[in-house]
Amino acid sequence: MPSAVSDMTTSTGTTGTPPGGPGGGAGEAAEEIRAVPVRHPGRMVAGAVLVLLIVWLGITVAGNEEFDFGVIPDYLFDPVILDGVRLTLVLTVVSMAFGLVIGVVAAIGRLSDNPVLRWTAGAYIWLFRGTPVLVQLVFWFNIGIVFPTLGITIPFTDVSLFSVESNTVVTPLNAAILGLGLNSGAYIAEIVRAGITSVSRGQVEAASALGLEPRRTMRRIVLPQAIPVAVPPLGNEFVSMLKYSALASVIAVQELLGSVETIYSVNLRTLELLVVASIWYLALTTLFSFLQSLLERRLARGRSGIATVRSRRARTPRRPRKAVA
Amino acid sequence: MSTPTVASVPAVSARAIRKSYGSNEVLRGIDLEVGPGQVQVIVGPSGSGKSTFLRCINHLERIDSGRLYVEGDLVGYREHRGRLHELRPQEVARQRARTGMVFQHFNLFAHMTVTQNVIEAPRHLRGLTKREAVELAHDLLRKVGLADKADAYPAELSGGQQQRVAIARALAMEPRLMLFDEPTSALDPELVGDVLDVMRGLAEGGMTMVVVTHEMGFARDVGDALVVMADGQVIEQGPPRDVLANPATERAAKFLARVH
Repeated sequence: MPSAVSDMTTSTGTTGTPPGGPGGGAGEAAEEIRAVPVRHPGRMVAGAVLVLLIVWLGITVAGNEEFDFGVIPDYLFDPVILDGVRLTLVLTVVSMAFGLVIGVVAAIGRLSDNPVLRWTAGAYIWLFRGTPVLVQLVFWFNIGIVFPTLGITIPFTDVSLFSVESNTVVTPLNAAILGLGLNSGAYIAEIVRAGITSVSRGQVEAASALGLEPRRTMRRIVLPQAIPVAVPPLGNEFVSMLKYSALASVIAVQELLGSVETIYSVNLRTLELLVVASIWYLALTTLFSFLQSLLERRLARGRSGIATVRSRRARTPRRPRKAVA
Repeated sequence: MSTPTVASVPAVSARAIRKSYGSNEVLRGIDLEVGPGQVQVIVGPSGSGKSTFLRCINHLERIDSGRLYVEGDLVGYREHRGRLHELRPQEVARQRARTGMVFQHFNLFAHMTVTQNVIEAPRHLRGLTKREAVELAHDLLRKVGLADKADAYPAELSGGQQQRVAIARALAMEPRLMLFDEPTSALDPELVGDVLDVMRGLAEGGMTMVVVTHEMGFARDVGDALVVMADGQVIEQGPPRDVLANPATERAAKFLARVH
């Protein structure tokens, strides 16, 4: 890089003609610095206290005769638990996909020039962000009480084109997907909206000035730059969803927590089985965090200030850019 | 012959353009005519409305009153039986495609390489195949002296290089008119020359240009006409050398003395 090259030429020039004349003081300056580092007694004390506390906690837990560690490995790969893990994954992925679709639509609605769309999207976000997920889940689960049949009718008439019993469609799993999806959709809408508004106005103006239509500008110019901005918070949302999906156990979905509950309601090893569930939740969130970081690295392409893998082009001079990036 | 009629249609014709943001009137009746092949330079203190006026020419800003024509076509509207009808977004886009614009902050598409930046619009709007578009892009990049940066991303280029790519990108649409909005104001001083050289080349090639700038040297050497704006009005107008040497109004004289 040119800057490095110029640095080198400068330093060569300096050593060629040392300011204090040849020899004088040059030996001293070249000597390696071996200074006594600053001591931090406070750190050592705090560290020692913490280590003691952790050891004591470990001994207390390990020495507790009521807590049977042996149970944990027995149940970690129990078929019932594995079914629960599978269902947790399905619930999370499907709800998230559902939430993404709704969220993108709501985000575009909020940014629309049409006041009705803007208002509707705003009301949706307000409602679903402002009420507890648990309430929403139980609500959808019990929707059959007030709407015994669901179907398509022509609005304001009694003409029904298609109708089904609520209880056959609103299974616990479907109610959970509906509840979790609609709830996270409201959060995703705000994430996507923030991503879109983070793309500088200049990008849209440049596209308009070239003659690109608004729709194409959104698809080719704005969204590709909004997505890398939205991915980290979307990853968080995914990890949250993984954990919020445990709430579905309340409406009789046999996901990870639900399956753990079935087991401990029989053998009463409540804490041990909760540890089993926690191990799985941790494993899944760790896995997804890792996948997220891979995705982020891929999306960082061409963006300044972020290390890229394209060392092939590193030879071109890099200038840090201010403003519009 | 039809040549005189074509030549007589001005590239830009502005009549009594007014524009306000709320109670702040930024353009107070601008009249300006730019002939085909002319280089019109606009200077003036910041806040004088020169950039706003330039942005009105391709309808990035809409005017409140007056009439603005590019090559005889009303910008942003259609006049039908004495009433103005707004053009639809696609029609506005089609109008803008004939005018190139270069911005102060370059506004290159950050997620695309230099080549992708240049081919995006012509690929879609001029119906070029990918191969034709890339060939065109490489020709244009050679013209602005950046043939070796075809695969670089904007963040890897200096400001001056980015601005030259932005010019190539605008030229790829084969515009009849180029608008420059303070193209060198965001550049380090040593990079200004490269961009001005490219613009000088364009002018020599006969491109019609409207240039908002603070570069008085460029105005004098390349400009065919110079306009000094202040407070949303044209306060001085004429051949650059005359205006720069003997400004008629005191305000213009004061401004020019400061930027010289």
